[in-house]
Amino acid sequence: MAAEHQINAGFIPLFDSAVLVAASEIGFAAREGIDLTLSRETSWANIRDRIAIGHFDLAHMLGPMPIACNLGLTPLASDTIVPFSLGLGGNCVTVSNALWAGMAAHGALPDLDPARTGRALGALIHERAHAGRDPLRFAVVHPHSGHNYELRYWLAACGIDPSREIEIVIVPPPFMADALAAGRIDGYCVGEPWNSASVVAGTGHIATVKATIWKTSPEKVLGVRKAWAEKHPEALSALLRALHRAARWCQDPANRGELAALMAQPSFLGLSPALQTPILTGHLALGGGAELAVEDFFLPFDKAANFPWKSHALWFYTQMVRWGQVKHSAAHMALARDTYRPDLYRVALKPLGVALPGANAKVEGALTAATPVGSAGASLVLGPDGFFDGRIFDPDRIDDYLAIRDWAMPTG
Amino acid sequence: MTRKSLAVLVIDENHIRASIIEAGLREAGHEQVTVVHDVAGIARRIAEIEPDVIVIDLENPNRDMLENMFQLSRVVKRPIAMFVDRSDQASIEAAVEAGVSAYVVDGLRQERVKPILDMAISRFNAFSRMARELEEARSELENRKVIDRAKGILMRSRGLSEDAAYTLLRKTAMSQNRKISEIAQSLVTAAGLLDPGES
Repeated sequence: MAAEHQINAGFIPLFDSAVLVAASEIGFAAREGIDLTLSRETSWANIRDRIAIGHFDLAHMLGPMPIACNLGLTPLASDTIVPFSLGLGGNCVTVSNALWAGMAAHGALPDLDPARTGRALGALIHERAHAGRDPLRFAVVHPHSGHNYELRYWLAACGIDPSREIEIVIVPPPFMADALAAGRIDGYCVGEPWNSASVVAGTGHIATVKATIWKTSPEKVLGVRKAWAEKHPEALSALLRALHRAARWCQDPANRGELAALMAQPSFLGLSPALQTPILTGHLALGGGAELAVEDFFLPFDKAANFPWKSHALWFYTQMVRWGQVKHSAAHMALARDTYRPDLYRVALKPLGVALPGANAKVEGALTAATPVGSAGASLVLGPDGFFDGRIFDPDRIDDYLAIRDWAMPTG
Repeated sequence: MTRKSLAVLVIDENHIRASIIEAGLREAGHEQVTVVHDVAGIARRIAEIEPDVIVIDLENPNRDMLENMFQLSRVVKRPIAMFVDRSDQASIEAAVEAGVSAYVVDGLRQERVKPILDMAISRFNAFSRMARELEEARSELENRKVIDRAKGILMRSRGLSEDAAYTLLRKTAMSQNRKISEIAQSLVTAAGLLDPGES
C-alpha cells in the first residue's frame, strides 16, 4: 500500500537525531501512513539551503537556528517553525589534557560542577593573560547554537568575558576531537558522541555538561518549512504522533541496545555502539579514569522533552541579543516567540490522550526538584530546570533579563 | 577603462573537480584563480588573496565555519555574502542541485558574478555525470564477471553450451522480471553455499 504522506527530512550525524531516525527505521512513521525519507547532511548551512529551496520539508536543527532564519540573520533564510523538540541536554564542554591539568592546578575537580571548574578556568585564563600568553581558543558548532550560548553563559557567570578573554571559533562536530588532539583548539562544546570520542582517545577531559549548566535545557528541534506545514497540516500531525512514539521508544532503557546498534550504522553515525553508551545511560567517562553518572544527561522524551516551550525560544532570543547577533525590539521578540509552535504539538497529540503541559511557557529555573505538574489528562513530571548560577528566566520579564549587566556569580 | 579581473578562490577537497573548475575559469578569461583543498589556515589565505568570489562545494563540512568567518573575522577585510541569496530562485535551485555555493564580496555587481556561478554549476554537473558514468561502467564490468561465472556453473553442472547457459539465465530473468545479473548473482551465491569449492 502506498503511503499517504511523503516527507523528506534532513539530519546531521549527531546522536540527537535519534528520534527522527527511530521514527523512520523502527516503523513509527510507516504506521502513521508516512513514507519518511532521511538525508544525511554535512553542514547546518546545507540543511538551511535545502529547506529554503524545498528539497526538505523539515529537518533536525539547532534550537536557535529556526529563530535566526526568521530574524533574517542567515543567508537564504526562509520561514521555519518548530512544532516539536527532539530532546533536552546531551552536550558537554571538553578541554585538552594540558588545559585540564592547568584547571586542576587551580582547583577544578572531576565532578562536572560548572561553578568550580569555571572558577578554575577563570583563574587560569587571568594568569595566562597576566603572563602575556595568547588567549585560549574554544570551538562550538555554529554561532546560532545552544552550544555557543551555554558555553558563553557558563564562562560569563564564572567571571570570564567570552568575547574578549577567549577566542570562539566554529568547527564541525566530527572534527572537534581531531582539532583538540592536534592542538588547534583548547576546548569545545558539542553534542555526544564527540566528547566521549576525545575521552576514549585519551586526548581530552569533559569539564562540565549542559545538563548541569542548565538542567533540562533545550537542544535540537524539528524545524519545519512554514509553507509546507500550512499546506500539509495532516501530514505534520501524523509525523508528530510518529515522533512522539519514536521518542518514547528512544527513552525506554529496554531499547538502548537496539538504538545504539541502529545509530551505529554507516548511514547514520557510523561509530561503534560502545561510543553511544554514555549518552544513553548518562554515565560518563570524564578522562583520566574519572567517571560520573549525570542525572537527566540527555532526555529524548521524559520531562516534556518534546514540547516546544516558548520560554526556550525566548531564552535563545535573549542570548542572540546579549551576544550582539540581533538588536532587541518588540517585533524581533515576537518573531522569536512565534517560531516555536506548541499549538501544533497540542493539536497533533491531544487525540492520543498523552500528558500535555498546562501552559506554553514556563519560568526557567523555578523548579529546583522534579515536580509533578497539573496537565490535561495523564500525569507529567517537569524539572529540575535550574541554571547553575541560580538565575531565573521569566519569559514575561524579558526587558529585566536583558538589562542585567553583571552576570558574574559572587565569588567566595 | 578596463575593469580589473576578479580574483576567484575555489575551495574543494576533490582535486579533480577543483581542476575542472579552475580550467573553466581560466578558459573564461579569469586569470586570478586560486584553488585550496584544505581549509586549515584558510583565514590567512583569504587575507592574502582578497578574493572577490569564493566557490565552495556543498559537501564541504566546513561551510558553517566559513560562513561565520566571512561575517565576523577581522582578517576578512570586506564583508562577504552568499551570492545566491541575492539571485533568482532558479539559480539557487540549480546551484544547490549541482552541489555548489558561491560567496561574493559586498558591492560586487551581480552580472559580473553570475557567469562564474553558471560556469561552476555546469562544471559541477559535468563532474557528477562523469563520476556516475564511471560508476556505471564499473558495475557493468562487475555484472559481466558474475554472468560469466554463472554461465560456467551451468555449463559444468548441466552440461550446457555457453549459448544455452546464457539463454537459460536470460529466460529465468525474464520470467521473474529481474535482471540477468541478479539471477547470475543468486546462482553464484547458491552454488557457493552448496559447494564452498565452487565459488
